[in-house]
Amino acid sequence: MYQTRYHRPGSVAEAAELLSKAEDGRYVAGGHTLIPTMKHRLAGPSDLVDLSRLSELKGISEKGGTVTIGAATTHYEVASSDAVRKAIPALAALAGMIGDPAVRNRGTIGGSLANNDPGADYPAAVLGLGATIHTDKRKIEADDFFTGLFTTALEEGEIIVKVSFPVPKKAAYEKFHSAASRYALTGVFVASAKDGAVRVAVTGAGANGVFRAADIEKALSGKASSDAIDAVSIDPSGLLSDIHGSAEYRANLVKVMAKRAVDAIG
Amino acid sequence: MTTVGMTVNGDPVSVETEDRTLLVEVLRDQLALTGTHVACDTSQCGACLVLIDGVATKSCTTLAVQADGSEIQTIEGLAKDGDLHPMQAAFNENHGLQCGFCTPGMIMAGVDMVRRLGKDLDDETIRSELEGNICRCTGYVNIVKAIKAGAARM
Amino acid sequence: MANDGIGASVPRKEDRRFTTGQGTYTGDVNLAGQLHAVFVRSPHAHAHIKSVDLSEASKMPGVVAIHTGEELEAGGINHLICGWAITSKNGSGMRMGPYPPLAIGKVRFVGQPIVAVVARSRDQAEDAAEAVQIDYETLPAVTNPVDALKPDAPAIHEFEADSSVWEHGRAPSNLIFDWELGDAAATDNAIKSAKHVVKIDLVNNRVVPSAMEARAVVADYRSSDGHFTLWNTTQNPHLLRVVLSAFINVAPEHKLRIIAPDVGGGFGSKIFTYSEEVVCLWAAKQAGKPVKWVSGRNEAFLTDAHGRDHVTTAEIAFDDDYRMLGLKVDTIANLGGYMSLFASLIPTYLYAPLLSGQYVIPNIHVNVRAVYTNTVPVDAVRGAGRPEATYVLERLIEKAARELGVDRAELRRKNFVREFPYQTPVLWKYDSGNYDGLLTKALAASKWDDFEARKAEAAKRGKLRGIGLSCYIEACGVAPSSAEGGALGAGVGVWEMAEIKVNPVGTVEVLVGTLGHGQGHETTYAQIAADRFGIPIDSVSVIEGDTDKVQQGMGTYGSRTAGNGTSAVYRALDKIEAKAKKIAAHLLEASEEDITIANGEFSVSGTDRKVTLTDVSLAAYTFHKLPKDIEPGLDEKAYFDPTDLTYPAGAFVCEVEIDPATGTTEVVQFTAVDDFGNVINPMIVEGQVHGGVMHGLGQALLEEAKYDPGSGQLIAGSYMDYCMPRAHDLPKSFDHAFQKTPTPNNPLGLKGCGEAGAIGSPPAIINAITDALGTEDISMPATPEKIWRALQSAGQNA
Repeated sequence: MYQTRYHRPGSVAEAAELLSKAEDGRYVAGGHTLIPTMKHRLAGPSDLVDLSRLSELKGISEKGGTVTIGAATTHYEVASSDAVRKAIPALAALAGMIGDPAVRNRGTIGGSLANNDPGADYPAAVLGLGATIHTDKRKIEADDFFTGLFTTALEEGEIIVKVSFPVPKKAAYEKFHSAASRYALTGVFVASAKDGAVRVAVTGAGANGVFRAADIEKALSGKASSDAIDAVSIDPSGLLSDIHGSAEYRANLVKVMAKRAVDAIG
Repeated sequence: MTTVGMTVNGDPVSVETEDRTLLVEVLRDQLALTGTHVACDTSQCGACLVLIDGVATKSCTTLAVQADGSEIQTIEGLAKDGDLHPMQAAFNENHGLQCGFCTPGMIMAGVDMVRRLGKDLDDETIRSELEGNICRCTGYVNIVKAIKAGAARM
Repeated sequence: MANDGIGASVPRKEDRRFTTGQGTYTGDVNLAGQLHAVFVRSPHAHAHIKSVDLSEASKMPGVVAIHTGEELEAGGINHLICGWAITSKNGSGMRMGPYPPLAIGKVRFVGQPIVAVVARSRDQAEDAAEAVQIDYETLPAVTNPVDALKPDAPAIHEFEADSSVWEHGRAPSNLIFDWELGDAAATDNAIKSAKHVVKIDLVNNRVVPSAMEARAVVADYRSSDGHFTLWNTTQNPHLLRVVLSAFINVAPEHKLRIIAPDVGGGFGSKIFTYSEEVVCLWAAKQAGKPVKWVSGRNEAFLTDAHGRDHVTTAEIAFDDDYRMLGLKVDTIANLGGYMSLFASLIPTYLYAPLLSGQYVIPNIHVNVRAVYTNTVPVDAVRGAGRPEATYVLERLIEKAARELGVDRAELRRKNFVREFPYQTPVLWKYDSGNYDGLLTKALAASKWDDFEARKAEAAKRGKLRGIGLSCYIEACGVAPSSAEGGALGAGVGVWEMAEIKVNPVGTVEVLVGTLGHGQGHETTYAQIAADRFGIPIDSVSVIEGDTDKVQQGMGTYGSRTAGNGTSAVYRALDKIEAKAKKIAAHLLEASEEDITIANGEFSVSGTDRKVTLTDVSLAAYTFHKLPKDIEPGLDEKAYFDPTDLTYPAGAFVCEVEIDPATGTTEVVQFTAVDDFGNVINPMIVEGQVHGGVMHGLGQALLEEAKYDPGSGQLIAGSYMDYCMPRAHDLPKSFDHAFQKTPTPNNPLGLKGCGEAGAIGSPPAIINAITDALGTEDISMPATPEKIWRALQSAGQNA
């Protein structure tokens, strides 16, 4: 690992200030992506600004049909939260599928979203539920947040404070694990909103990261049944192809996981 | 150099370390607690698990400075007054280890399972909860047995 | 007392150390003033090294020394060697390319070490290693063994032409040897005249051994007398000492102490001599300070010898009654960029003779071409050659049964060897066995006959259920020295040595030249000694892995402990017993013949006169009143060189369910019935089966050391991309049973158990998958995508 300077700010404002002064600073929360990358000398931030202990970024609440989760809330806290389990059980279940138990003990929702790994699970929930990302500067709608592989709408130094999820009528997440890494080879989040609109978000499969499967959404808008997906054709040309799975196989998984998610919703 | 203060296995310690130094390096190299192992560099194998403030954490994916002010428990701190922790004893009784290298992490994973899920663990739960712990020797059969038995006695 | 002896499932003595974090692995050893080595490794699969610039690196903070291959060569350090000579069928010797510990002039695989940076801290060494500037001229690379034999393949090593003996003028540039075993003409005739012939093409996928403890070295040098001490993750410290001194010349044998402390798994990978041991010894001598290196997992992927990687065509012939007439096998074996210590042995004598399996096959011919490629050297990984042989034979038989429309269990049964000893047409002579018994037990335990009902029930749930069988044979012990060794090309003997010390107070120390690295030797050996005297195992200590304490040894691999290590202990105990009885007879004023031993006491039979083991040992050392024809002390040593190998066997049944939508395979039931002969500690032995079967499951379903053919990069080079089996991959139900047919080839009748699971399970699993899918066209690892594709193409063809 390269030399680095560690900072533990007392507030979000101080964190932003520290980062702005750093030559090449990075925020760290759970650190479960950043620290392995630094160990391999693939990243060498001059400064690390630790967000994980900021109380402003913690906590889960449910009010008026919205579940709000602080950015530094761990995957375990979300997975085991009574409020989340009750309001959006699919979101709690998704959090319980990320990485492994020790990763879930430390990894945070804010970190996962800011990193936007193409195989990460949270982006599927955020996009599938049409969540809103609240930063220290503004609100960003899910549809505008994910801009490509490992890139987001966040500006330099911008900090995710919390994420608010509208409680859907029903939702489900189906994940096909990449066997070695435990990331999603393909994960599909299907949500049916209170107004009846169906959103389908796919992670793991897209060549540009998480995306909404418009054709599946369309098929389901007429009839929310998994049979409706049979007729949809998923074009592999926009999908990832690597040693873990070809684009054609991922295209198949998008349909299979989408059908299973629809079946799970019932 | 930064001064990091922690409680390790009940004892207050203070170490001077670079900010880039991992918690596992401080435990092993500065505190001579070599029971915590490193078996991968991609945060997947679980050999380095320690409890930080009671929560199982990969000490290879935690900077020592991040643990400043925390209470750390390592495999060396589990047995009390010479009596093995029930999870340690269960690994022996059920032949839950062979070469022993992954064992400290497996035992910590078992302890953390009980914290999160209680003492009554079925085989399927244990198998899926061991997603972050790799063993090449045992085929896991007896690790699952050991965690089940150890949990029941905690 | 009897509860601690042979046959008892005693909990392991060594566990308390490991469960409390008090194990001492090489990486846990820290010496005052130690320096840290970091290796600069080739990023290219094949390249000329045009220049190495150390000027920046040597100025970096903390740097003590930087070592190169040229420096080592000038210092008289020799190359790494392959210690088993194999001769091609035309009489040519194997072509061993030079393997300097640090590359000189050329690199031949990604990860090959070129420069070693030694600094005060590991971080400083890494910082400086990054500042080493190496200029390369990259060359085309070849990673696939079949491609490596093509005329236009890049030549990896430069050999003098020996055109006279090769069929087409000269040997293909990357050919190491072209070797055969068995009668080619007779086999061809048998196949030509047979009623039925079935053929199969197979790839045995390349795997990474992946012991959880990566390799590590701590080297220390005492200048006053030129003495070295090396702490190392090795499975065979004495063998390593011979190689490092006699062949590599980095330290004299009598001034090199090798200590293997606790070793965290090996699976073969820690048998061999690697560059890092040589370089750290050299560096310690130059610096006058201890030098430590601990492999990262990324380095382990790039440097620990890989396993398997065979491409094979095989055909088997049957008469009209389905009796086997002949088997012809042609294999290309990938040995990587250089020949590792036992590389040549694995695809030859550990592979070809095993192709007779459990069957009477009158004619067998095996041809093996070993080749260089731009990949990590390939050597023994758990089973080493035997899994490859079993995979060929058991898949071929399963395919034959399907093609010929006969019952696969019955096809095997009809051809089983039934009389022992059995001389195969390919060298080995099987010691003992009951293959029919194994199969019958396995079929019954797996409820084979009710499978169709389970398949129908699974179909209702939308799952494809399949069942597969594998009957494996093993050859354990890597012995005897005369036959296996001298005659077949070994550079070393393959005996084992043990010493038993009964201390003055009657406690017992067993010193033995094997090296447990997870197999529970401390308990197993203690049970054998405890059994002899009827004492608790707590009174016995087992010492391995220190060349200053244990006088000689050949280490642990190929289940050598079961066949050879325990036998050496047993023979040393014979000597101790004889002497102790003599002393006891003197103390009891009785005749030696009348002395019996039980519960730690020596009694005169038919009387109540007795003395304890402590009385005897105390008398042996005080020596106040023993007659002069007895020497003082109670300490005996024995070497054991067996008459032959041992031949464990087993029958495995695997049942899988496949999800056709995703291609995912779940192993729902696994049944293993093994014949390891007698068993010292059934709990430990069963643990070896669990681990072996999971290792084989990994190869069958998950693991593949995949290279990018163009760049020669190992693309499955971390646990993110190389899938290790995890607990959730466990068969849903796992049954195991023993059958015991002792071997006559060693005193305890033990056959060995370390590799069996990894040998027998891959074909059982794949045969279950091919059964479920109705196609033979599945290769390992049978990933969900491969299975999904097979189902897609079956659907299209239907």
